[in-house]
Amino acid sequence: MADLSCNIAGVSSPNPFWLASAPPTDKRYNVERAFAAGWGGVVWKTLGEDGPPVVNVSSRYGSVDYNGQRMIGLNNIELITDRPLQVNLDEITAVKRAWPDRALVVSLMVPCNEQAWKEILQKTEQTGCDGVELNFGCPHGMSERGMGAAIGQVPEYIQQVTEWCKIHTSLPVFVKLTPNISDIRRPARAAREGGADAVSLINTINSIVSIDLDCMAPTPAVAGKGVHGGYCGPAVKPIALSMVSEIARDPQTANLPISGIGGISSWRDAAEYISLGCGSVQICTAAMRYGFRIIDDLVDGLNNWMDEKGYKGLDDFRGAAIPNVTDWQYLDLNYKTVAAIDQDKCIECGLCHIVCEDTSHQAITAAKDKNGKRTYTVIDEECVGCNLCYLVCPVPQCITMVEVDNGLPYLNWTEHPNNPLKQ
Amino acid sequence: MGGDIRSGRISAAEIRQNFSDLHAPLTELQAVQESARCLFCHDAPCTEACPTGIDIPGFIRKIASGNLQGAAITILNENIMGGTCANVCPVEELCEQVCVRNTAEEKPVVIGQLQRYATDTLFATGQQPFARASATGKTVAVVGAGPAGLSCAHRLSLLGHDVTVFESRAKPGGLNEYGLAAYKMLDERAAKELAFILDIGGINVVTGKSLGADVDLGELRQKYDAVFIGLGHNAVNALGLENENAEGVYSAVDFIEHIRQEDLSSLPIGRNVVVIGGGNTAIDIAVQAKKLGAETVTMVYRRSPAQMGATAYEQEVAQTNGVLIRTHAQPLRILTEAATLSAVEFEYTELNENGQPVGTGESFTLPADQLFKAIGQTLDTTPLGTSEALELASGRIRVDQGQRTSLTGVWAGGDCTPGNDLTVIAVQDGKVAAHSIDEYLNHG
Repeated sequence: MADLSCNIAGVSSPNPFWLASAPPTDKRYNVERAFAAGWGGVVWKTLGEDGPPVVNVSSRYGSVDYNGQRMIGLNNIELITDRPLQVNLDEITAVKRAWPDRALVVSLMVPCNEQAWKEILQKTEQTGCDGVELNFGCPHGMSERGMGAAIGQVPEYIQQVTEWCKIHTSLPVFVKLTPNISDIRRPARAAREGGADAVSLINTINSIVSIDLDCMAPTPAVAGKGVHGGYCGPAVKPIALSMVSEIARDPQTANLPISGIGGISSWRDAAEYISLGCGSVQICTAAMRYGFRIIDDLVDGLNNWMDEKGYKGLDDFRGAAIPNVTDWQYLDLNYKTVAAIDQDKCIECGLCHIVCEDTSHQAITAAKDKNGKRTYTVIDEECVGCNLCYLVCPVPQCITMVEVDNGLPYLNWTEHPNNPLKQ
Repeated sequence: MGGDIRSGRISAAEIRQNFSDLHAPLTELQAVQESARCLFCHDAPCTEACPTGIDIPGFIRKIASGNLQGAAITILNENIMGGTCANVCPVEELCEQVCVRNTAEEKPVVIGQLQRYATDTLFATGQQPFARASATGKTVAVVGAGPAGLSCAHRLSLLGHDVTVFESRAKPGGLNEYGLAAYKMLDERAAKELAFILDIGGINVVTGKSLGADVDLGELRQKYDAVFIGLGHNAVNALGLENENAEGVYSAVDFIEHIRQEDLSSLPIGRNVVVIGGGNTAIDIAVQAKKLGAETVTMVYRRSPAQMGATAYEQEVAQTNGVLIRTHAQPLRILTEAATLSAVEFEYTELNENGQPVGTGESFTLPADQLFKAIGQTLDTTPLGTSEALELASGRIRVDQGQRTSLTGVWAGGDCTPGNDLTVIAVQDGKVAAHSIDEYLNHG
């Protein structure tokens, strides 16, 4: 059995699977159910400043369904916790006492002034929690009040608030980043400059998941009106992975611990994030889709895969994929693959042919014998190795991409004769 | 022994239950999930296997997208009886047999049930998606209001021609109305489909008019610009045994007509029923006899199960409904007591090198109150007249690829022409003929 224990920015947990700051971590009842199920940690749903709590709307989530599958993507228009601050603080205190080995990080969002942050940090520290996460990401509602993404979209603000927090607490400070910017490296650098112990990303993406064509309003609709919300779930994972990789390989943030978030549904997703350097991963949509029991396969699957690969602990493969994330100009232009179709596995659906014929390189021929047997054949000379056929083929291992040994040396764009800027 | 034929063997409620749907219609959830299984094949084998060439991946994709009206129209464009065919087609030997999902998973997309889902949904709205082209002033006579004739009439009317359909029976519909198994054609499906077909206008159906007796082919050729013959089968094969006319011996086709037209709970059925034959008619009568309350139903076929006209699926339906299928036996004697059927004696058979059954000399006897003959139907050509003979092929009307007969201006299709006797093929014949007639009427 591999060791899944994890430590990120001084916060440790028995496994790297944390529940992200979101509805599943809004109160003691949910969090204790999660811990009982085996989750390694939680980021408690965002606390705001003392006083009358925020008010949430009815109808809060919208879903992107695809081909009969529910919730490929999920968005929400919920705000931070709508329960009184003291209730949350008391519950956090009790939960941490009852579950000392689990990571309990508290998400915070207060107006952009030092006093407000000082007050909330002092109160939060008293709970005995393991760290705080600054919510600079929420793209709806709070951002219109100068919080959440309104901070996260301005690197100077990020740095400033992070600095305040580092002054007023000794707890590890995680800065949660919004993806609703053009270059994720800038807010990450600002967080590091401000003294952040780690960054968490991505927060949700600005989104309208659908328009209800009967009432002509975005969903989720509240009394016939809708707003953009925060998008998450499996559909956002590619965006999040790219942003995580950018921070991981940016020299200015290279060793900044990252808590990876975005569409993690399986142990494989988690392993991918960890391979890009993440110390822990945070999950919300998958739990909201199936309940907390998904932790069983997350832990078990990661464990079995690590055993199979001979990894004793998470550090054995953490960041292992970072060196292989490069810029396009350094890709080997002489590397060549072609598609190979295993005719014994082919079920004759013809998708490889029609997509190549209509939308790509006319590199797969279609033939039919007198018995109606269809044969699809790759024209090696026409195949550019784009992968499309391999991606659409419904049968595992039927189409594979085979490397062609063309004897040519590594050649990237910077050295290529066609590059007008070649030195 | 013998003669125990009566109604009310089981309660009316049981009979109603027995004659309910073989498969419950798909729910919306099932339809959405099943449609997601369709791979949307290029050059789809299912479409190729469909005698009417329905764009099957196309209509399934429309179900998946929630475009149910579009799905139904995609079906009906090629097969105006797509609703009936969804229920009666031997899909296990047509579209579903070649579904590529069989290859890796041995589980085809349930195309027939999806087709039913789409067409039922459209019919439930009461919409009429078809409209006639502007009138051409041309007239066509169609003989026979079965699947071939109605399909031809519908397409001709869409193309702007005026059609008169002559039907010998009291109701139009042909086998859809009189012949298909009742549990496949619930809720007046045939009548509703007929109404949908006639709803476009331009089709005048005259019932109670038989070719040969009330109307004459030569006359029709003179009075109309073209003629389509969709007579179907008009005769059944005989066993050629003594006592074939005894009390208790029936033609399966005739009896099924009663099942389709009469109150099931008052229909007399035998205690011990024997069916001779191996086609779908044999299965249909055997299953329905059982559903009506017969105590034993034995279906006897002279060759092997693989050679039966009934598909493996149909055989399974019979068996799971309690029909005993015995193969490799041929009828030897019809036994009677007081001119009433009492038993049937069969001789065991072996297949010779040509696959023909040959009697072994050994025999067995089955007690029987009712014997149903289902050994095939034929075309009696008498009604076609003799003035100018239609050329035949294997005892049916010879046609070319456009369903043209040897007589100028005369087309034919369905069971009266060579080929498999399936509703879906009859529909295709009628459609092909209509386009050929249209071409002829427009260009001579």
